[in-house]
Amino acid sequence: MNNYPHNLLSIEKSVAGRRGVRFAPASKRAGDYLPAGLLRGEEPRLPQLSELDTVRHFSNLSRLNVGLDTHFYPLGSCTMKYNPKAYEALAAHDGFAAAHPFAPEQSAQGTLELLYKLEELLKAATGFDAFTLQPAAGAHGEFTGALMAKAYHLSRKDKARTEIIVPDTAHGTNPATAAMCGFGVISIKSAPDGRVDIEELKKALGPKTALVMLTIPNTVGLFEKDIKAIAPLIHEAGALLYMDGANFNAVIGTVKPAEMGVDIMHINTHKTLSTPHGGGGPGAGAVGVVKNLEEFLPQGRVAFDGKKYSFAKPSKRSIGAVKSFYGNIGVLIRAYCYLRQHDGQTLKEISQNAVLNANYLKALLQKHFPVFFDYPCMHECVFTLDAAKMNGVKTLDIAKRLLDMGFHAPTIYFPLLVPEALMVEPTETESRETMDNFAAAMIKIYEEAQTSPDLLHKAPQNCPVKRIDEVSAAREPDLHW
Amino acid sequence: MYNQENCKFAKTHEWAFIEGDTAVVGISDHAQHEISDIVFVELPKTGAKVEAGKRAAVIESVKSASDIYAPVSGEVIAVNDALTGDPALVNKAPHGEGWIFKVKMSNPAEAEALASYADYKATL
Repeated sequence: MNNYPHNLLSIEKSVAGRRGVRFAPASKRAGDYLPAGLLRGEEPRLPQLSELDTVRHFSNLSRLNVGLDTHFYPLGSCTMKYNPKAYEALAAHDGFAAAHPFAPEQSAQGTLELLYKLEELLKAATGFDAFTLQPAAGAHGEFTGALMAKAYHLSRKDKARTEIIVPDTAHGTNPATAAMCGFGVISIKSAPDGRVDIEELKKALGPKTALVMLTIPNTVGLFEKDIKAIAPLIHEAGALLYMDGANFNAVIGTVKPAEMGVDIMHINTHKTLSTPHGGGGPGAGAVGVVKNLEEFLPQGRVAFDGKKYSFAKPSKRSIGAVKSFYGNIGVLIRAYCYLRQHDGQTLKEISQNAVLNANYLKALLQKHFPVFFDYPCMHECVFTLDAAKMNGVKTLDIAKRLLDMGFHAPTIYFPLLVPEALMVEPTETESRETMDNFAAAMIKIYEEAQTSPDLLHKAPQNCPVKRIDEVSAAREPDLHW
Repeated sequence: MYNQENCKFAKTHEWAFIEGDTAVVGISDHAQHEISDIVFVELPKTGAKVEAGKRAAVIESVKSASDIYAPVSGEVIAVNDALTGDPALVNKAPHGEGWIFKVKMSNPAEAEALASYADYKATL
């Protein structure tokens, strides 16, 4: 039990005159040497706390964290795998962390070499001919990819290609990217088996199609088994094939997207390559392309002349800058560490274990929570509820009750085409024991739904913040800053 | 006024109340229930042209944002401004105060293709 008031800000705990360290009086006042115009009119309003109050304030706040280092975090579609601590130490190395972005290239050779070699490792893992490491996240990578597709079509004087086709099992960022780049979005319904409906795709393809964006495996955790038939259709129509590689953790080491006919793909280093994400900081969305699109890549690529590394001069057809300096370098360093630590064979074992773990949880839970598309899944599994058996309990109630039991909730109400969706992605870094515990908690919740549904409607009860009124929060937002 | 029985329904769960060459448009009771607590309705602009089967409005709930498709083509001649202040009207009265917009139809034959309430209900 912890009765420390977690809901008070440090400024609200402030008591006038209370302080931590007492300094000797200053020999000079600021006014003795600063121009009058730079002096404050009044003292800054800072919290006045003792050192102990301050330590407790932040220590207790840190204990409210729910993160991968403390909890099982099966947030579907997010690949919350463990981020090795060794990478943190390496990324914090002064040679990387203390480098100035404007430092001359000769004094940043190590950083440039790392980026050059990371591109080589990514090329080997995906089969693409060239990469940009600049995009700051997955959706930024999509944006970069769609701009390159636009530049490619315009370079061929083909101005009619104004549409991007997106199946309803794609990530929501795909249609958003298309719209953001000024394309019309053509959404196509998936087939009854949850995959791309080839007939629907054929109908949608035409001289206006610039790009088809497929999420592989898709958001219902299924691999596009007909990709070898789909890719040629897209190319015959004169369009390009984009693969949203956010779910690459399911197939890395097994599949090389370039060999499936993919032209452009982003890879979320903060998912597949085990760099931190979520509240933990920025991501990186490296984008790979096939040879004939290389000249459109954004600036910021690293060249090596056999002696030294330097930023390459962008080609005339480059889409320009999408970010500055070295990209999110701290994240890219960790991605490099991951690819150096795991060769092709272990990457294959990683994706196989990610798939095995998801199927293991599917097998443990399927009797209580039906699976929407009941095929062997990839790295994540989408459950739904059998309303007749749930006694009025909704997916939201289950997610909240899981917090009481010490688990981070899975993704809920996504993908949109699955009613009452509960999307679970354990990743390969979780042990069998952890998954057994999670499955036991889910089954206990199912039983509680039969006997005491109110307990679930009121969950969470053991968390610092109880059930939040999301509807009022959205309808009558009360914002302060 | 309109109710479930005298409206026609699109497969995508919008209803249209047809009166001469105008159609009042909303979403079905089933749809509002599935969408759950609605927190924002993005209305079309009066004077905008809408096309049958194409997006005309967006409804946001605590769960998701859903596109609302025009069941018939035409020009928007009125929108339900009350939804800006009280989007929950769509939950409370999907067939009454929760109507969304009104269209002057450019092709009234399209309304013939919409389903009756009984036929729509059978698909749920």
